[in-house]
Amino acid sequence: MPGLVIEREVVIEAPAEVVWRTITEPDQMSQWFADRVELVIEPGAHGYMGFGDQGGPVVVETVDPPARFSFRWNHPRDEEPTAGNSMLVEFTLTPEGSDRTRLRVTESGHELRDWPDAEKQRYADEHQEGWAEYLDRLAAVLAKGQP
Amino acid sequence: MTAQADDELWSAIADPSRRRVLDLLVSHGEVSASWLAGRVPFSRQAVSKHLVVLEQAGLISRRKQGREVLYQVEAGRLDQATQAMADQAAQWDRRLATIKRLAEAAHAEAKKRSES
Repeated sequence: MPGLVIEREVVIEAPAEVVWRTITEPDQMSQWFADRVELVIEPGAHGYMGFGDQGGPVVVETVDPPARFSFRWNHPRDEEPTAGNSMLVEFTLTPEGSDRTRLRVTESGHELRDWPDAEKQRYADEHQEGWAEYLDRLAAVLAKGQP
Repeated sequence: MTAQADDELWSAIADPSRRRVLDLLVSHGEVSASWLAGRVPFSRQAVSKHLVVLEQAGLISRRKQGREVLYQVEAGRLDQATQAMADQAAQWDRRLATIKRLAEAAHAEAKKRSES
C-alpha cells in the first residue's frame, strides 16, 4: 500500500494465542488503545472507540486468529471507511518458538487526512505513479526505530 | 502548528505529483519551474499549480534571480512533517509496550495456574 506508513514491532514473551487475545478482546483493548471499546471481532463489524469525551467509529477488516487482525479508523463519522478516507491498522503475529511472538503493527493512510474529495479520487487514479524518495526514506527511518 | 496549517501540510505532501516535485527540490536544491517541468511527466501548468500549493503549505520558498524565479525546500517545515509522523510512531511504541506487558502478565499467570 503506497503512502505514509508507520511500522513498528515488538517481541513478546508469550504465545501468539495470548497476544491475540490481548490485541482483540475489547476489555484488553481498553487497556492499551482507547478508554472505551465497543467492538465485535468479526470482519465488517462496526464499532466505536472512545478517548475521553472524544471518539469515533471503527470497522474491523481482517480477523485471522492468531496471525492477522486489522481495522480501519479515523474516517468521517457518516461515511463507510475505505482506502481513501481512513487509516488502516494491521497487526501481524509471528510465532518465534513456543512462548515468543513477534508483533508487528502498521498504520497506513496518514496522508489522507482532510483531503478534498476530488484529491482523493485523483490519488486513487495516480497512486501507481512514483512516490517521492524522501518520504520513503522517512518511512524507512521510522520503521527502523525500535521501541 | 495550527490545525489548519497541519491540514495544508498533509494535503500538500499527500499528492504523488507534488511529492515528485518536492523530491526533485530536495535532491537538486534551488531550481526553476521550467527545470522541474523538464523532469516530470506532467505539464508546466501542473508544475506551477503544485508549486503554489507547496508554497502555501510552507514546504518551499521562492526567490527571484534576474528574470528567473527559483524554488527551494524549507527544511524546517519538512522536519515538522517528519516530527508529526515520529509522534504517531512513538504513540504506537507506547501501545505495543502496554500490549507486551499485558500479554506477558497473562501468560505468566496461566503458567503459574497450570503448574500449581
